Amino acid sequence: MAYKNFILVCGGAGCETCKSDEIFKALHQQAEAQGVKNDVQIIKTGCFGFCEKGPIVKVLPQESFYVEVKPDDAREIIAEQIIGGREVERLLSKKNEKTSANVRIEGFGSYQKQFRVVLRNCGVINPESIDEYIAREGYAGLEKALFTMKPDQVIGEVKTAGLRGRGGAGFPTWLKWDLTKKAPGDQKYVICNADEGDPGAYMDRSTIEGDPHSVIEAMTICGYAVGSNKGYVYIRAEYPLAIERLKIAIAQSTEYGLLGENILGSGFSFDIEIRLGAGAFVCGEETALMRSLEGNRGMPVPKPPFPAISGLWKKPTVINNVETFANVPVILTRGGAWFAKIGTEKSPGTKVFALTGKINNSGLVEVPMGTTLREIIYDIGGGIRGGKAFKGVQTGGPSGGIITSESLDSPITYESLTALGSMMGSGGMIIMDEDDCVVDVSKFYMEFCVDESCGKCAPCRIGTNQMHAILDKISKGQGSEDDLAKLEKIGKAMTKASLCMLGGSAANPTLSTIRHFRDEYLEHIRDHKCRSGKCKDLVVYEIDAAKCIGCGLCARKCPVPCIAGEKKQPHVIDKARCIKCGECYKACKFGAVVKK
Amino acid sequence: MAKMTLERLRALREDKRLELSRRETEGKLIQITVGMGTCGIAAGAKKTLDAIVEAVKEFGLNDSVLLRQTGCMGLCYVEPTVEIAMPGMPTVIYGKMTSDTAKDLVRKHLVERKLLDNHIFDRPAVDIVRK
Repeated sequence: MAYKNFILVCGGAGCETCKSDEIFKALHQQAEAQGVKNDVQIIKTGCFGFCEKGPIVKVLPQESFYVEVKPDDAREIIAEQIIGGREVERLLSKKNEKTSANVRIEGFGSYQKQFRVVLRNCGVINPESIDEYIAREGYAGLEKALFTMKPDQVIGEVKTAGLRGRGGAGFPTWLKWDLTKKAPGDQKYVICNADEGDPGAYMDRSTIEGDPHSVIEAMTICGYAVGSNKGYVYIRAEYPLAIERLKIAIAQSTEYGLLGENILGSGFSFDIEIRLGAGAFVCGEETALMRSLEGNRGMPVPKPPFPAISGLWKKPTVINNVETFANVPVILTRGGAWFAKIGTEKSPGTKVFALTGKINNSGLVEVPMGTTLREIIYDIGGGIRGGKAFKGVQTGGPSGGIITSESLDSPITYESLTALGSMMGSGGMIIMDEDDCVVDVSKFYMEFCVDESCGKCAPCRIGTNQMHAILDKISKGQGSEDDLAKLEKIGKAMTKASLCMLGGSAANPTLSTIRHFRDEYLEHIRDHKCRSGKCKDLVVYEIDAAKCIGCGLCARKCPVPCIAGEKKQPHVIDKARCIKCGECYKACKFGAVVKK
Repeated sequence: MAKMTLERLRALREDKRLELSRRETEGKLIQITVGMGTCGIAAGAKKTLDAIVEAVKEFGLNDSVLLRQTGCMGLCYVEPTVEIAMPGMPTVIYGKMTSDTAKDLVRKHLVERKLLDNHIFDRPAVDIVRK
């Protein structure tokens, strides 16, 4: 027998602690007592987010979303909604209530903090079916551009929208297009930068994997706007599934006549080719990317001239990121004015973030610009894993910085993140908790930059190496207080003098952590102590003789081995030989191995 | 299909749009969609898909089930993800749907018409596209 209603009780960690179990039981009791237990199924679900408004109860198929529910509310939910068929108004989440005043979305009242423009089709359509894309307003933007608009009008629409580069720098997209259109030259190019390389970032990969046609359609629209007949997608070879789906999509749209000669009989022709990158981080930098695309070694060149004047093979070139492009078809179909109403005035639209690290609900998140970090971390991300303390969030990857708890309520826009000493970046968002060490994190990003520096300019090639050497020293407890000043000095020089943004921003993670967590650096330097225990050289493992029962498990796990002791007698670690792998610490069931 | 004209593109869009919304509203069809981005596949979505195919066959539902794939639904922390839409039941997304739980899911949701405990997650945002 089928149920008429379903009541979903949030079983996320946050709600568990605030009585969701009691609510669950109370609902069952009430359903039984009021004689409707065969009409309604009451179940527990995963976390809905919104933990600060928990416990959450949702009723299907009405999609009623109740917040801050108490066990006593169970009677009313059953009586009113399940029997009476009316929603319990006082428990409903206010649909148009937005906590951030600067986020404006008209006509989409929803309790949800996410708003999906770029990811509109991701997780909805079959990415290998052009028909499903077409069914959901697909290629309607291209159609509108080709048959009802002049190229200048297309650029004007993107200008009205206020779209800015989603690769992280935030340059106005329309301006790139306009400069390219106006640049003299018979051959012009459109490039999609899909060389996503920040550690922990996967927005572009997911966009192409989930909705490849949106990028193809946007590139074609761009080609029409700037007067180009040739596009390239530069994508890293480590993304095989994205490449495969992109190939399928290009073949399908070519077959349909939406790509190639004389598109839809309009007289406009456009072609797209895929070029694979070999995984060098610097090739995400636009000038290096174009050198690589030409078949040369991927190294940046000085700007100006900008790509819009002299880009690929010295021809005028538009180069935009995947996410930037994915916005374009929507801007054309809905109009720039519609788009400009989303987000904030200076940063219209949405931004996709890859939420990772010590967060409960890691995932791909798209929010209107102006949403606060707190909303992303606590409402969408469900808070810090294991109830630990929030330490900071790293945005912008190796080019960005750390934002600490004082700034959790600042809205996310290009300007505000830069003001906080970080940057928008491509959209990686790595959450750190009390167990993360800022010295260790800075060292990790600096090591990444040392590896990925192309070596062309001295500030980056030498600077990253020197900074890494100093950070390494500090992490081993061998640093001096002068080192902090040295890091800042080298960092500033790199920022000013490097040829491209790889070197120009490589010091950011270090500089921002020194600014926010100077005391932790000093602890490493003065006290030779790493409070999180991440810096291995500063950690000492000991066995507490009072707690050790002499089971010998630690000695068996020790790979050196450097733990000795008689059976049923307290064991001892030979600190001189210990390699600090932490296996004994993890293995001990009695908490006898201590980390100091 | 041969190259399209503007008219044919418009006709195709309308056709397909109606087909999709029919499927969602009055269709007799059970639609099972598996999230097959790299994140889903890495978490075992291919095995989940195989297990669902197997279970659907076992319960004799072959003719009424349409199995589809899609990209990342955004719920990386609970991959693999599976969405089920069918008449008479609310459309829901199931997470942590490994091949082991897939058979349970088919039996419970499709055959017994009950939701499966502890596996339901919220779609992260409203759909902006006109249905």
